[in-house]
Amino acid sequence: MTVKPTILTGDIQDILDGLKHKPGALLPILHALQDHYGFIPSVSVPMIADALNISTADVQGVITFYHFFRTSRGGKTTIHICRAEACQSRGSRETETYIKQKLDIDFHQTTDDGAFSLEPVYCLGNCTCGPNLRVCDDIHARMSKERVDDLLTELGREAG
Amino acid sequence: MSSIKVYVPTDTTSVSLGADKVAAAIKQQAENNKVAVDIVRTSTRGMFWLEPLIEVETREGRIGYGPVEPHNVDALFTAGFLEGGDHPLRVGKVDDIPWLAEQQRRMFRRLGATRPTSLDDYHETGGLKGLEKAIHMVPQAIVDEIKTSGLRGRGGAGFPTGIKWQTVLDCSGSEKYIVCNADEGDSGTFADRLVMECDPYSLIEGMIIAGLAVGAEQGYIYLRCEYPRAHKILNQAIETAYAEKILGDSVLGKGKRFDLEVRLAAGAYVCGEETSLLESLEGKRGLVRAKPPLPAIEGLFGKPTIVNNVLSLTAVSDILATSGGEYQALGVGRSTGTMQFQLAGNIKRGGLVEVPFGISLEELLYDYGGGSASGRPIRAVQVGGPLGSYLTEAEFDTPMTYEEFTEIGAVLGHGGIVVFDDTVDMAQQARFAMEFCAAESCGKCTPCRIGSTRGVEVIDRIINNEDREQNIELLHDLCDTMDAASLCALGGMTSLPVRSAIQYFHIDFEKEPEVNP
Repeated sequence: MTVKPTILTGDIQDILDGLKHKPGALLPILHALQDHYGFIPSVSVPMIADALNISTADVQGVITFYHFFRTSRGGKTTIHICRAEACQSRGSRETETYIKQKLDIDFHQTTDDGAFSLEPVYCLGNCTCGPNLRVCDDIHARMSKERVDDLLTELGREAG
Repeated sequence: MSSIKVYVPTDTTSVSLGADKVAAAIKQQAENNKVAVDIVRTSTRGMFWLEPLIEVETREGRIGYGPVEPHNVDALFTAGFLEGGDHPLRVGKVDDIPWLAEQQRRMFRRLGATRPTSLDDYHETGGLKGLEKAIHMVPQAIVDEIKTSGLRGRGGAGFPTGIKWQTVLDCSGSEKYIVCNADEGDSGTFADRLVMECDPYSLIEGMIIAGLAVGAEQGYIYLRCEYPRAHKILNQAIETAYAEKILGDSVLGKGKRFDLEVRLAAGAYVCGEETSLLESLEGKRGLVRAKPPLPAIEGLFGKPTIVNNVLSLTAVSDILATSGGEYQALGVGRSTGTMQFQLAGNIKRGGLVEVPFGISLEELLYDYGGGSASGRPIRAVQVGGPLGSYLTEAEFDTPMTYEEFTEIGAVLGHGGIVVFDDTVDMAQQARFAMEFCAAESCGKCTPCRIGSTRGVEVIDRIINNEDREQNIELLHDLCDTMDAASLCALGGMTSLPVRSAIQYFHIDFEKEPEVNP
């Protein structure tokens, strides 16, 4: 499950100091921040700009360009649903609708209890065994409605 | 008594289907039964309908059982699977399964055979031979070997690799880069992932050879963040390669430097386009660059750069280990060597099929694939990712080569084949192609950024039967503009799935609109 530490500028500075020397350091920095906090805290933006000697607009522009980076805390668990063709051919449109109804949220939203967020993803590379979902670093294959029910129950229990 | 070896795969697909749980169940049951079992976590064979496929070392060779679920393990022990005993899931000697035996696996020859991060396993199966040869060659000789092979980039565009390398070699200056494009974003493709998860050293070796060939000392693998397992395995392999002096300041102790680092992408499909990828590596928004200048001349940080796909670089290890001539002898015409076809989507026996170019789609879909997974007739097949044409049965006899596919207005791309049965609504697939382009456009050029959004709207009007004929004409017009005026393939090729859907599946655009209650 996503760890959610308190945002401390000292920790952010440590991450920056560890990575800013790299050529093209911005993406590694953003990944490190998101790994740590689950999103890119807004307080880090001017600090990144300062460390890399670029403008805050440049940093903001990069964060918003990439689908993977988020600027707010999501739910305890984020479910990425594959929307690409290979999963579609195996019924992912139905799976997607089912999960949205069941959680009563759309993409980029979080359930009221803060348990789940939903994000689209275009291909997890598990294209013979769709519909696929990703939760943390785990891929879940052949996600029929029954398997979605089982997974949500299991995740709900873990988070509970 | 020595312990019995049981092989359980560890790639994304097998694990997504429960391989870890099966391994744990086997361990537990072996302890209960007091038998010594050595569970070896190898890579997958790429026969995904059989995963998790577990294999037992017997006197006759490795005997397979699959697909195994944790609850089958009890019965397998009862059936004596550790001695190759009979059970409904027994598939016989794995090497003899025709699906596998009839392939010509070169880039994928270690699939299922070795432990992915074991350098010893890699060495024992002929790994590092290419590098050991290349380290004693002059750069031009390495480039010549690649030219002789006729290798064409496996990422999709099919550009001759040797010519790209020659351009970088001919550039003056000491700062050059080798960039591996591992942003395998096309739906229906997983061959790059398989190499990285199953045989990471073959990619590392290919990148070092590329470095020696053009005088580059730094390599980057730009890896999509949707592949967490590949990320972990690559980093482990790179760490070992440094410890064993394969990477670092003196490759194989011969005084030449090569450093390698994995850089994670962040979910932008367009970053699979090489110039957008370079921008992203530099820490910027992944906006496509206008070409020229070519990346080979002004690439990463403005320096000469080789950008090659994972499989091109893997093929390099193979070519250097054998010879360019031997590689060139495979395939058809200018499509030389073997190609990684990936059978995906609604297919019964999906997985990785590596065969020489020239095989027909029909052979792949029916002889290898066994038809659709649903058992219904195959209606449409998309080859080459989301920017590839949808094809019908009429095209199934086309030989799979770059040239033949260009001839029928389609693309081979990265070799992904996505199968749809007769329940597919092709108007929805056409709409999705535009929707995907709108979601993934980098926004730099107008035809792609605006055209794709307008495309979704126009297709919606066609689906809703609003001035159908005029809107279809308008859609063709829009496709013409996107084709001709987009900066890169994303905007420039979205018309392929859209137009092919209209052309071959016109009936789906003529239905009565659904009325929402």
